Amino acid sequence: MGEKILMKGNEAVAEAAIRAGCRHYFAYPITPQNELIEYMAKRMPQVGGTCLQAESEVAAINMVLGAAACGVRAMTSSSSPGISLKQEGISYIAACRLPAVIINVQRGGPGLGNIAPMQCDYFQATRGGGHGDYYTPVLAPSSVQEFADMAPEAFDLAEKYLTPVLIFADGLLGQMMEPVTFEDDYGPQSDKSGWSLGCRKGRKNNHIINSLFIDPYVLKEKTEELFKVYDTIVKNEIRYEYYNVDANPKILVVAFGTVARVVKTAIDELKDQGLEVGLVRPITLWPFPYKAVKEAAKKVEKVITVELNMGQMEQDVRLAVGDTCPTQVIGKAGGVVFTPMEVISMLKENLA
Amino acid sequence: MKILAKRPKGLTDARLTYCPGCLHGVAHRIIGEAMEELDIVEKTIGIAPVGCSVFAYNFFACDMIQVPHGRAPAVATGMRRAQPDCVVFTYQGDGDLAAIGTAETVHAANRNENISIFFINNAIYGMTGGQMAPTTLPNMRATTAPYGRDVADMGYPMRVCEMLATLETPYYIERVSLLSPKDILKAKKAVKKALKYNKEKKGFCLVEMVSTCPTNWGLDPLASIDWAKKNMLPVFPVGVFKDEAKRQEASK
Repeated sequence: MGEKILMKGNEAVAEAAIRAGCRHYFAYPITPQNELIEYMAKRMPQVGGTCLQAESEVAAINMVLGAAACGVRAMTSSSSPGISLKQEGISYIAACRLPAVIINVQRGGPGLGNIAPMQCDYFQATRGGGHGDYYTPVLAPSSVQEFADMAPEAFDLAEKYLTPVLIFADGLLGQMMEPVTFEDDYGPQSDKSGWSLGCRKGRKNNHIINSLFIDPYVLKEKTEELFKVYDTIVKNEIRYEYYNVDANPKILVVAFGTVARVVKTAIDELKDQGLEVGLVRPITLWPFPYKAVKEAAKKVEKVITVELNMGQMEQDVRLAVGDTCPTQVIGKAGGVVFTPMEVISMLKENLA
Repeated sequence: MKILAKRPKGLTDARLTYCPGCLHGVAHRIIGEAMEELDIVEKTIGIAPVGCSVFAYNFFACDMIQVPHGRAPAVATGMRRAQPDCVVFTYQGDGDLAAIGTAETVHAANRNENISIFFINNAIYGMTGGQMAPTTLPNMRATTAPYGRDVADMGYPMRVCEMLATLETPYYIERVSLLSPKDILKAKKAVKKALKYNKEKKGFCLVEMVSTCPTNWGLDPLASIDWAKKNMLPVFPVGVFKDEAKRQEASK
């Protein structure tokens, strides 16, 4: 463990990716993730890696596809509108069973929206995003340290399951500076010589990477294989955090990312006033921690989802809670970030 | 018994799935032969596009990948950065390369990526059934230009080699045709030159091959070739548009 360094989230995740062995990064500028590509442009040449500013988001994700097919750790990053452009490539990467990491430093939408932090790409992120029957694991950090830690974690997950993995941050996390520490060594990469292209070295048969299965029965079989992998991911990789859930709260909040941090501040403040509120913070948004939310919901009178959009994760929360107790969503559009005071007063209305 | 001709090592034994009279088989063969002659089958990655040649991953014997429509030059960029000692080629049609993939093509050329693009120009979308391509000739009919390509409305056919040759960086750009045995031998030379340049890490190479589409042109194979000679070659003249090796030699 190294010393603490004060860094922006965008820079910290870039540094962590490099330390995790990423030497191939392709991206296109977009606010609020520009520090990421700028950091890569500075650092990659120092470590003998590639940082290439692509002609478009579409090209960048396809460069990732090419590099990943050759067996290296490849990554791209963008913000909401750019992530929309990448969906074609992400669908192919998922179908081709290639490991890759994609970072979304979300901004306001729809359309060009604005450059304020939002969580409004939740549906896109957790429902595959592009065309076809597929999912991508989605990791949602809530601090700069966690953002950085998720880079090696995302690569490990991507290689373990041969899938694209999305790190789902927002403009606040990308721009905010916090102290962060890095491991010197994030462990070995997986052996990719069994399927990767271009490193033949005496291998007898050529390798073919493909997502075209013209025979419906073959495509059916391939998709079912993919979903067996997803079943394993759902079984093994759900991550979440409980906060103040054991304090007999009347209300349970579900919030992720930076919003969860604001909610934690509100919960601490309310505790001082003798009022107990619990929090479930989903860390993987897909797979979503349905059971964890349901279990916590059993002990409360109401579940409130707080998110920086008009209510997207709340659909998953309602799926989890069912008729266990009433639910409510507190959502906000435009990138107008919640303040702790605002959350406190909204929770107090429910506690009265 | 003496073997006079056989499949080159650059091709697999798979049966080609192209229409009768289609020249994709010829283009595949000369690329396969060039790979064998340069002894690069084991260090080459081929990229199949979307279009008639989407199944090319079954036909070439090197490592292969099938990629999104038009994105082959971007995928090739990622590959050649990850495997700098490999030879990377894309095989693309006119719709793939000059319509949906225009940006990827131009920028890969401008970065002088060490890749070869084999561009099959038959002035029509084949796989989807005869729609207008960026290279469809003026007044030529297509299913999406049923009254013929009206240049006032749809513009003129795009000349990819001429456009790319205006860039500083690309290493080698040549247009050939597949319309006679003599032309095919010339095409083979161009293909081999491109792959050799890539083997030597010289930079971006593009070989455009003027070809035919008997099925969607509604002509028999021989009539297609005659039609192409008469109508395609005046719009898409063969020739070398850029060859840095030659230029450097000449300036010595």
